[in-house]
Amino acid sequence: MSSEQDRDIIICRCEDITEREVRECIRRHGLTTVDEVRKILRAGMGLCQGKTCSALVRRILAEETGKKAEDIGLPSARQPAKPVEFGIFLQEGDR
Amino acid sequence: MALKINKCDILIIGGGPAGLEAAYHAAKAAPGLKISIVEENFLLGGQLIKQTHSFFGSKNQFAGKRGFEIAELLMDRVRKNPDIDIHLQTSALGCYEGGIVACESMAEGCLKEFQPGRTIVAAGARENMAPFPGNDLPGVFGAGAAQTLMNVYGVLPGRKVVMLGAGNIGLIVSYQLMQAGAEVLAIIEGLPMIGGYHVHAAKIRRMGVPILASHTVVRATGKSTLEEVEVAPIDKNWKIAGESTVFQADTLCLAVGLTPGTELLEQSGCRMAFVKELGGHVAWHNDRMETSRPEILVAGDVSGIEEASTAMLEGKIAGLAAAEGLSGLDLSDEISRAQQELAGIRKGPYGEKACLGKDKLCKLSVR
Repeated sequence: MSSEQDRDIIICRCEDITEREVRECIRRHGLTTVDEVRKILRAGMGLCQGKTCSALVRRILAEETGKKAEDIGLPSARQPAKPVEFGIFLQEGDR
Repeated sequence: MALKINKCDILIIGGGPAGLEAAYHAAKAAPGLKISIVEENFLLGGQLIKQTHSFFGSKNQFAGKRGFEIAELLMDRVRKNPDIDIHLQTSALGCYEGGIVACESMAEGCLKEFQPGRTIVAAGARENMAPFPGNDLPGVFGAGAAQTLMNVYGVLPGRKVVMLGAGNIGLIVSYQLMQAGAEVLAIIEGLPMIGGYHVHAAKIRRMGVPILASHTVVRATGKSTLEEVEVAPIDKNWKIAGESTVFQADTLCLAVGLTPGTELLEQSGCRMAFVKELGGHVAWHNDRMETSRPEILVAGDVSGIEEASTAMLEGKIAGLAAAEGLSGLDLSDEISRAQQELAGIRKGPYGEKACLGKDKLCKLSVR
């Protein structure tokens, strides 16, 4: 990732979070995990549930903390794995 | 409100090459087992349905046939088996206590719950995103998404295309875009060499398309949609090392790798491991495709990024291993034949990375 220029690169498309915002947030709060970034900034909380951005957030976290990207853990994967309408939980399936 | 829970023997999540082969071989080896496949798409076949190029590899994996033809063959033999129950437009939402898998049926607008004896997760992978300014402009696509638009829906994503990534996906999709009438201005590759097969790269070069190795996309610009893609040479530390070139393009496709889609495995409490050669985090598994949770198996790209031929064999192994566990039959000969065949396919130069990755995984302990 380029370190000097344009920090307005979109990292989380669903929630419109930029690289600048992610880096500032990590520095301000001393964050070390994807889940922390998620809870403060909402990066990864949108429609795709982090399927696009969490790898990018992990890379930024690695750069900011001096760790290897592989040592930054995965965000917690909760049910449901994709957004669903509440109504389907009220429907009784036929099988 | 009590839901009726489908107590099938084997639930297969994902109806691509791995899932279809898992279903077919499990049903064939242990007749009478009840097998269900859930598939998010409205068609079975996974990525094969949009592959218009001929495959190579071994005869048993249908070498010489085009991807969508292989998909038809695999679908056909699964559909013919009455023990295999197919749920299209149905996606797995979560794994719950007691081995229950909840799925949303988009076709029927309801929830479906399964409580299988074994679950084979063959959920595939997703495309990686690349961070550069303008990566959210309309006109910037995943290369796989562009291929789906073109080959499944018959929609040309754009007229003037820049492709980022000279692996097989980047090369093949570039060629297919040209076949469909688009102009490919250049293929950009960050590494100093082309990652994909020579035969695909050679076809592209014969069409006069430049493949710029050691280059990257600096930015994408445009008022409301993509108009220009700025490209520059980079050094081995991925720093800009020369003057930019600007391409007037309405489409930029990103073919910068795939990541296994492992959420359901993580939820199930399977032990996860990071293996770079396999595309990132994967569920730990042995050579029978069994994870750290005895009732959960994996196959295909979700267990490590490879290709359709290896996905089919992994599916076969997973299907047989699941069937063996449930039926009490001894299927070890058949499993070991499939394992040997898989090792044979991976012996080629392009199987090296996967071999390395799967070896690394085997050296890790199960816990």
